[in-house]
Amino acid sequence: MIKNRTPFPGRRLFADRFSEKILHGVVIVSGLILILITFALYYRSRPVLALQSFPSLLLSQGWHPSRGEFGFLPFIAGTLWVTGVAMVIAMPICLLTSIYLVEYSSKTLREWINPFIDILAGIPSVVYGIWGLLIIVPFIKGYLAPLFGISSSGYCVLAGGMVLAVMVVPVVIHISMEVLKTVPNELRDASMSLGATKWQTVKHVVMRRAMPGIVAAMVLGLSRAFGETIAVLMVVGNLARVPKSVFDPGYPLPALIANNYGEMLSIPLYDSALLFAALLLLLVVLYFNIVSRMILSGTRWSHYYYA
Amino acid sequence: MESKAHISIQNLNIYYGKDHALKDINVEIPKKKITVIIGPSGCGKSTLLKSFNRLLDSVDNVKITGKVLVDGEDIYDPKAEVTHIRKKMGLLSQKPYPLPMSIYDNIAYGPRIHEERNKKKIDKIVEHFLRTASLWDEVKDKLHSPASQLSVGQQQRLCLARGLAVGPEIILGDEPTSALDPRSSQNIEARFQELKQQYTIVVVTHILRQAKRLADYVLFLYGGRLIEYGPAHEVLENPKEAMTKEYIQGVIS
Repeated sequence: MIKNRTPFPGRRLFADRFSEKILHGVVIVSGLILILITFALYYRSRPVLALQSFPSLLLSQGWHPSRGEFGFLPFIAGTLWVTGVAMVIAMPICLLTSIYLVEYSSKTLREWINPFIDILAGIPSVVYGIWGLLIIVPFIKGYLAPLFGISSSGYCVLAGGMVLAVMVVPVVIHISMEVLKTVPNELRDASMSLGATKWQTVKHVVMRRAMPGIVAAMVLGLSRAFGETIAVLMVVGNLARVPKSVFDPGYPLPALIANNYGEMLSIPLYDSALLFAALLLLLVVLYFNIVSRMILSGTRWSHYYYA
Repeated sequence: MESKAHISIQNLNIYYGKDHALKDINVEIPKKKITVIIGPSGCGKSTLLKSFNRLLDSVDNVKITGKVLVDGEDIYDPKAEVTHIRKKMGLLSQKPYPLPMSIYDNIAYGPRIHEERNKKKIDKIVEHFLRTASLWDEVKDKLHSPASQLSVGQQQRLCLARGLAVGPEIILGDEPTSALDPRSSQNIEARFQELKQQYTIVVVTHILRQAKRLADYVLFLYGGRLIEYGPAHEVLENPKEAMTKEYIQGVIS
């Protein structure tokens, strides 16, 4: 019986070894893609770097491609404003929601809500953009800006930030919930058995233990917000000026690239400047990802510490 | 019974969903004695212990009927205040779980959540209970370093001190030495022997020799039922029930 079961033992072992090699190769290729993209972007942005120094590219305000002036400050400022507004709106929501779902809600409710959060994360960003155009922009123009006595077209940093916040929330909630779930129940029991209330336990024990992971979740959210293009581009106004308030229009880096690449490339160095912007984005997002991953793996270590 | 009942359990039934974990438990746990709960894994030992301070409340799908009276008060009365009940009992779990903070803050945590703000008083409490847990000499120079840096045995004594610092009357131990090396286990057992002068102690264990060393009373659970309960020497040396005898001889497990 056993003899008949494996007619070609050699082939079976060969397939085993071969499949490992293939999988190994695929992993290396996907890693290489990142390196190749980074290198290509650097290579193509060298002409503009030769013309202007790195600091002056980042810090000068004048954006006049036809005169050969490439100051990225308005775009960097636009990106920071939009991302900042998004994080300010999204972070409290994420923190409180994930705490509620993990620590307080019943399992049934959690299982009902989870798919909604996941679907929210999977909606194409154009849809968020349209929603921003139809709801957020008129809301800011008609209600919010007049409330502060400011006249705004509605296409502004705040609109971009609000749309982004809604896009970031599901991702960050998802990771934060995973982080909170790694806090051992015995730790909660230990605190509760001392007579601590649920809220005291969450505040002093669970949050303290989960904090590095939550920060990492937020940094990942931040990096998503940083690179998001189309939804922001649709509502943010796209004016190459440093915004002075949240009701001013802004022009984030991704929008700059998406709007212009392939259109005005007859201008010398223009494509090089845009690819420099892309390189900048890539490096920043890469940096955020590495940082958050380092924090996350740090919590995994401390897990053993406390266990 | 020689002394007054401290915890009195009446018709206690516990279900996890459809799983009937504890069946009609009736037992009186005496004051200032060590009661040891023995039985094979999965017989409901830990469940019984956790029902004493309502730690099962947070488990999904759990259903509890019957009464658990502590000092004559039903702790499952809907009007009972759960943090007040839990404050009466210190819990030691299988593995020590120090809170993610310093040694000092671990002990101070309990008094602080019960709104003790006087720093001198907290200092005194910390020192007193670290001494009670015979940990003071080992940690007095590093009170403000993270508790996670202590050895597992030290951590378990820290958890003991932490539990005592809220002024409980009862100490619950859920296999409190199972993660410890022999010396640390001995240390914890010695603490229990000292502490029974002042506290009612209930310990779950699956180590029979430990039960023999510690117990004043022994409670034998099997398959969620209370099989036998009585003074330690009777249950361990002259069990009335055939099942208890078989368990002690190692025939069933």
